[in-house]
Amino acid sequence: MPPKPAPTAAAPSSAVQTLWKAYNEQTSDRLKFIDAFLVFLMFSGIVQFAYCVLVTTFPYNAFLSGFGSTVGQFVLSASLRSQVNPENKNEFKEVSPERAFADFALGSIVLHFFVFNFLG
Amino acid sequence: MPTAFPLPSDLSPATVTNTASLLRIVALALISGAAIASRLFAVINFESIIHEFDPWFNYRATRVLAAKGFYEFWNWFDPTAWYPLGRVVGGTVYPGLMATSGVIYNFLHALNLPVDIRNICVMLAPGFSALTAWATYMFTKEMKDESAGLLAAAFIGIVPGYISRSVAGSYDNEAIAIFLLMFTFYCWIKALKLGSALFGTLAAVFYFYMVAAWGGYVFITNMIPLHGLVLILMGRFTSRLYVAYSSWYVIGTLSSMQVPFVGFQPVSTSEHMAALGVFGLLQIVAFVQLVRSHVSSKQFQDLLFVVLVTAGLVGFAAFIGLTYKGAIAPWTGRFYSLWDTGYAKKHIPIIASVSEHQPTAWPSFFMDLQFLIFLFPAGVILCFHQLRDEHVFVIIYAVMASYFAGVMVRLMLTLTPVVCVASAVAFSTLLDTYVDAAEPDDAEAPADSATPSESGAAAKKTKKAAAATPSSSGSALSDLVAAAVPNKKKGIYGLDTRFAIIVNAIGMLAFFVFHCTWATSSAYSSPSVVLASQNPDGSQHIIDDFREAYYWLRQNTPETAVVMSWWDYGYQIAGMADRPTLVDNNTWNNTHIATVGKAMSSSEEVAYPILRKHDVDYVLVIFGGLLGYSGDDINKFLWMVRIAQGVWPEEIQEPNYFTPQGEYRVDEHASPAMKNSLMYKMSYYRFSELFGGGPSTDRVRNQQIPKVGPTLDYLDEAYTTDNWIVRIYQVRSEDLLGRDLKSANAFAQGKKRKRSKPMSRRRPIV
Repeated sequence: MPPKPAPTAAAPSSAVQTLWKAYNEQTSDRLKFIDAFLVFLMFSGIVQFAYCVLVTTFPYNAFLSGFGSTVGQFVLSASLRSQVNPENKNEFKEVSPERAFADFALGSIVLHFFVFNFLG
Repeated sequence: MPTAFPLPSDLSPATVTNTASLLRIVALALISGAAIASRLFAVINFESIIHEFDPWFNYRATRVLAAKGFYEFWNWFDPTAWYPLGRVVGGTVYPGLMATSGVIYNFLHALNLPVDIRNICVMLAPGFSALTAWATYMFTKEMKDESAGLLAAAFIGIVPGYISRSVAGSYDNEAIAIFLLMFTFYCWIKALKLGSALFGTLAAVFYFYMVAAWGGYVFITNMIPLHGLVLILMGRFTSRLYVAYSSWYVIGTLSSMQVPFVGFQPVSTSEHMAALGVFGLLQIVAFVQLVRSHVSSKQFQDLLFVVLVTAGLVGFAAFIGLTYKGAIAPWTGRFYSLWDTGYAKKHIPIIASVSEHQPTAWPSFFMDLQFLIFLFPAGVILCFHQLRDEHVFVIIYAVMASYFAGVMVRLMLTLTPVVCVASAVAFSTLLDTYVDAAEPDDAEAPADSATPSESGAAAKKTKKAAAATPSSSGSALSDLVAAAVPNKKKGIYGLDTRFAIIVNAIGMLAFFVFHCTWATSSAYSSPSVVLASQNPDGSQHIIDDFREAYYWLRQNTPETAVVMSWWDYGYQIAGMADRPTLVDNNTWNNTHIATVGKAMSSSEEVAYPILRKHDVDYVLVIFGGLLGYSGDDINKFLWMVRIAQGVWPEEIQEPNYFTPQGEYRVDEHASPAMKNSLMYKMSYYRFSELFGGGPSTDRVRNQQIPKVGPTLDYLDEAYTTDNWIVRIYQVRSEDLLGRDLKSANAFAQGKKRKRSKPMSRRRPIV
C-alpha cells in the first residue's frame, strides 16, 4: 500500500520518495492489486467514520456493521497479502497461496454473515 | 547405545504410529467415559433432577424454548419474575446454553427419540465434559505432545475443580463454557502457530458461542490481547500473529455484538478496550514492518519507531479522554471487585453476599486440584524451557488465573484447565525421562548428546541446551548453567531408580483418582434441592422439604399468588412452584431486593404496608434451626440488613441487629430490632411449642430460643414442611372493620390473651 507520508517535520521527503520507488520496484502486480483494494477499503472506512462523527451515529448497529465490514475486509485482505507475499514464505510454511485464498474467502463469508445479521 | 531394558527392534515405524494412534483413540474414549460416569453420582444417589438455583431458571427457559420455539423464547417477557416489574428474558440472558439444549432436543426428536427435555438438561454438563477433555487434549498437544495431551484430558475429566460445576443436573452456563473456553484457546494457538485465517475464524466463531453462553467470555477477550501484547513486547511480532489476531478480533467482536445481552459493550466498555487497543497496535506494527521491508535506511526506521510510540501514547490518551467524557463506560463494579477484594462489600453488597464470590480458602485449592496443585508450578517452569509462542500463552494464563482464583472461589473454574495442562506437561516430562530406556553413554559427555530425553537430572540441562540451539533466546542462560555444572556423567542407571520413580508417580495418579471420586461423591454431587442425611443405621435418609413446600404452593394457592422470599429462592419458586416472585437470582434491580430486605428486617407494622403494596400473598422463609441446616435465612439475614441499609440507611442499621456486646444472637439476649424483625418472627414462630416445654435449641446457632416465642399479627402461618426447613406464611388482608391488624388480633384473642400473659407461663420454670 502507498505509505502515508509521516507527518513529522523531520521526515525528509526523499525518504518517502525512496520508499515509493522501492515499493514500486519490489512489489509484484498481484500484491499491488490487493493493495489497491486495501486503499479503497481504507477510504471507505474513513468516509463512514467521518459520517459517524460529523453527521450521526443514529442506527448505531448499521454504522458498526458497515464500519466493521470494511475494517474486517481490510484486515482479512491484509492477512491474505502477507500470506501470499513471497517474502513471508518462511513464516507461513503450512499456508500455501491457494489455502490462503480459501481461508480469506471463508473468513469473509463468516464476517459478512454477521455483518448482514447485524445490519438491522 | 546401552538400554536399561530390552526394546523390540523388529517393529516398523508404521506399525508403531498406527498402534499409538489407536491407543490414543481408545484412551480418549475411556477418558470421556470416565468423565461422564463420575458426574453421574448425583443421578444415582438422588435422581435426575435440576440442581441448585440458577439451573432452575435455565431449565425453565429451556422448556419455553423447546415448547414454543426460538422466536417465542427470544421475545419472551416474563411478567411473573420481579413482580410487578417483569423481566425481558430474551434480552437479559446468555442464550447459548438454552439454544444448545434446544438444538439437541429437536435433533433427537427429529430422529424419533422422544427424550424428555429435563433429561437433556440434566445430562448436558456431563456430555460437554467429555468434549472438554477432548479440547484439553488438543490444546495440550500443541504445548508438548500427544502423551501430555492424554494426561491433561484425564486430569480435566475427573478433577473436582471442574466437576464441582458440571455434575449431572448442574445445568448452568459453566457446563458448556469451559469446553468453549478451551476450544477457543486451542483455535487461537493453532491460528497463531500456522498463521491461518481459517483457525482465526474458527476461534472467532467459538468465541461467539462462548459470548452467547457465559459472562466469563471477558476472560478470553482479555487473555488473547494480553498474549498478543506480550508477544509484541518480547519482539516476537510475526505476520502469523497479525493474521491470527486480526481475523479473530474482527469477526469475534462483530459476532459478539449479535447477542442482545452484550449489545454494544464490545465497543463501549473498558473491559473490551484492551482487545481494541492491541488490534490497533498490531495494525501499526504490521504497517511499520511492511515499510521496513522496503526501506532499510536507519534514519527512516528511527522515525517509524517514534511514530509508533507516539501513536501508542495518543491511543492511550484518547482512551482515557473518552472514558472521562463518558463515551467509554468505565470498569464495572464487578471488575473492580477483582482487584480490590473489599470493594464489593462496601459498594455492592449483593455481589459480596454470594458465597461463591468470597476469596478462596487455601484448603479448597487442594480439595479441588489435589496433587495437580504442586505439579502446576513445575509445568509452568517447563514452559519457560522452550518458550515458544504458545508457552507464553500458558504462562500468562497461569499467572492471571491463579490470581483470579485466589480472589473468588468461583473463578477456581477458570484456573482448573490451565492447572491440568501445566501439570500434564510436567508429569509427562517426568514419565518421558524415566520410562525412556536409554542409558547415559560412558564415553560421551551428557551435554554433547543430541537426544533430549537422555537421562534424569542431566536431561533437563541437555534439553535446555538442545532447545537453545534453534532459538538463540535462552542460550546465555543455558551456557551459564552448563558452565556452572561440572561436566560429570549424570543419568539414570539400571531399573531400580526408574522403578522407584515410576511407582511413585503411578501412586500419585492412583491417589488422585481416589481423591476425585471421593470429593465428587461426597462434596459436589448434592442437588441442594434435595438434602441427604444418614439414619442411625447408616442408610440414606432423603430430606425433601423444598419440593414439598413448592408443590404445596403449586397446588394450594391461586396461580397469581405472589410469593415473597429472599432472592436466592426466586428461581426455584418460579421453576417448581410456578408462582410470581418479587426478586430472584437475576439480581438486576438492587432497590427491589433492598425492598424485600427491608420488609424482612423491619417490624411487622413497617413491613405490612410494603407487603400490601407489592401484592404479596405469601412469604416464604428457609429455617434450618430444627434440623441443623446451616444455609438458612437467619444466617443470611445480615446480608438482607446490609443490602436494605444501602438504600435506606436511616431506617435500617446493621449494628441494631447485634447485641450490645457485638454478638449475633437469636436467644433471649437478641437485640430488640432482631426480635421484632419479620424474619426472626417467621423463623421462630411456634418453634418452642415443638419442644413441649423443654429447652428449645436452635441447632444451627446452638442457642436456646426463648420459651415464649414471637407472635404474629399481620401474617398467618400457612404451611411448614416436615423438617421445618421451609415455612410459608400468608399475608392477611386488611381488617374488614378498618382497624389495624394488631388491635384486631388483640380484640379477637380478647381475655384469653390477658390470661395467658407471659408472666403466668414463666412461673413454673422458676
